[in-house]
Amino acid sequence: MAILETRALEKNFGGVFVARAINFEMQPGEIHCLIGPNGAGKSSFFRLILGQHQPSAGTIWFDGQEITPLKSFQRIRLGISVKFQVPGIFKALSVWQNLEIGLQYHMQGDSLSAEIRQVLDFIELTDQATERAGNLSHGQQQWLEIGMAMSVKPKLLLLDEPTAGMSPQETAKTGEMVRTLNAEGMSILAVEHDMTFVRQIAQQVTVLHFGEIFAQGTIDQIVADERVAKIYLGKTNEA
Amino acid sequence: MSDLASRSAAPSGADRAAGARRGWRPWRLLARLNGPQTLGRGPAFWGGFVIVCMLVGIYPLFSDGWTVGNTAYFFTWTFMAMGLCVIWGYAGALSFGQTAFFGLSGYAYGVLTLNIGSAYGFTFLALAIGVGMSALLALLLGYFLFYGRISGVFLGIVTLSVTLVFETFMAQTAGPEWTIGSARLNGFNGMTGMPPLTLPWFDGELVLWPDIPLYYLLMGMVIVCYLALRIFVNSRFGNVLVAIRENPDRAETLGYDIRRYQLGAFIVGSSLAGLSGVLYTAWGQYITPNSMGLYAAALPIVWVAVGGRSDLTATLIGTLAVLWVFQTLTIYGSQYALVVMGALLLVTVLFAPRGLVLGLVDLAGWASGRLRRNGPASGQEDA
Repeated sequence: MAILETRALEKNFGGVFVARAINFEMQPGEIHCLIGPNGAGKSSFFRLILGQHQPSAGTIWFDGQEITPLKSFQRIRLGISVKFQVPGIFKALSVWQNLEIGLQYHMQGDSLSAEIRQVLDFIELTDQATERAGNLSHGQQQWLEIGMAMSVKPKLLLLDEPTAGMSPQETAKTGEMVRTLNAEGMSILAVEHDMTFVRQIAQQVTVLHFGEIFAQGTIDQIVADERVAKIYLGKTNEA
Repeated sequence: MSDLASRSAAPSGADRAAGARRGWRPWRLLARLNGPQTLGRGPAFWGGFVIVCMLVGIYPLFSDGWTVGNTAYFFTWTFMAMGLCVIWGYAGALSFGQTAFFGLSGYAYGVLTLNIGSAYGFTFLALAIGVGMSALLALLLGYFLFYGRISGVFLGIVTLSVTLVFETFMAQTAGPEWTIGSARLNGFNGMTGMPPLTLPWFDGELVLWPDIPLYYLLMGMVIVCYLALRIFVNSRFGNVLVAIRENPDRAETLGYDIRRYQLGAFIVGSSLAGLSGVLYTAWGQYITPNSMGLYAAALPIVWVAVGGRSDLTATLIGTLAVLWVFQTLTIYGSQYALVVMGALLLVTVLFAPRGLVLGLVDLAGWASGRLRRNGPASGQEDA
């Protein structure tokens, strides 16, 4: 049974399609990357999965259950979590509070504190626990949001450009984090432009173009696809 | 790192209920008097708090009856200010119409006590009913607002419209047909003659005129309300409110039904506005439609913004200070008082956007080098 499936999913804004007849399937335990040119509909696809956009047609299934009519918070409670493209952290609050607010739904007291420390250690922000989140570097803010998203132990973690604005070292570290989470059973769907990062983590890749699935396959298959190179990379493999 | 991905994302209701039972400890509640959402903690703060309470407690012994009653009048408004602080400062929803609840509860108290009287402590039951009516109205109005995803400036427009509609309606109730039992609504002139709060007292009654007994009652209520709200905003519920204020999309994608939390804050804040309305009516034995007008609706915004909307202590101090300044200005130059209030709001927004009290705290912290450059951000170990 697929962890995530969309059937003939469509969304249009006044006739402009951001998703057109998308039949997408992702297996449990997979790291799946969505790539495509700007405006291909990747972030809109995330918003449809999260319930922030209602589809014009089609259905969305999560872990065998149709979630199309559910509100955003109800989908999250089923086991979906997200890291937004622009860091969606609580900038005026401390790093600790950011994680506490995410985790307090699941636990409290000493176990909550212990879990927060464990997540802080994982995202390497232990020393910044009492810092205002808005004072962190961009990369640290990205990690904090990944920490918030993964701390609720989702079955499916959506990452929208998790390495945007990161240095190569930070990008590599983020890749390690993603692979660690995946190794512990978390399915991960990531939108990413950085092909080095995609190569580092992706087991399956889907290429979106004008709101449609343009190609699907392993990273090697996608990189070898001349049509993808043309629309996405702006060149052919021979070039 | 170990086992970070092993727990289910969605704990069962039983799990959460068991967690809640485990967490129910009185000392846990008291611990929430200190927390990341409120200014002040530790022996120095609470020592200062006790000293201030003692000074406020002995103040009537050194003052005249009129001044004590006038200070009690200031106290009546603080509940509405603290309620607005919860709705606006903590939950991030600017309600411009808290006076609708103020007026509703005030009129409810008037109608009930004019019809039934004050015997057997009924005035306190009327107080509770009045506040309950505000809570009900807040539930109804808030449901449509928050479940209809009304936010930002539109929330302010709708709530302001509600209070102006109430004012307009009550202003046209001058005719004799606008009578409920023996209580005449009396149109623009307002309703008068309701009894003050009255306690059964041994063989007789203790009538709480605007004097020392009422002062102590209101002082006690302000302290209890302030402490209870500190616990409330430092609770898990309060954490979510602050998260909604900071980033509602993120809060929702952490699994919170933000509409419920906003509605909860709105009901709490509006009930407190209703409490102010009842206490004001009982204090002065009158209530008029003006108490729900544009002018009246704007003042709580000024009190809370000038003090510091994101903190209860700042709001409380700021409200009492602004009320005193405003009254003094009104006495010595009534035509300029409102202009000065507007100027004060402008100065605050321009030079101390977090509020004057919080601005002074920041300044003191900066001067002593105890606060970090961009303000406090604590929270560790408060989980």
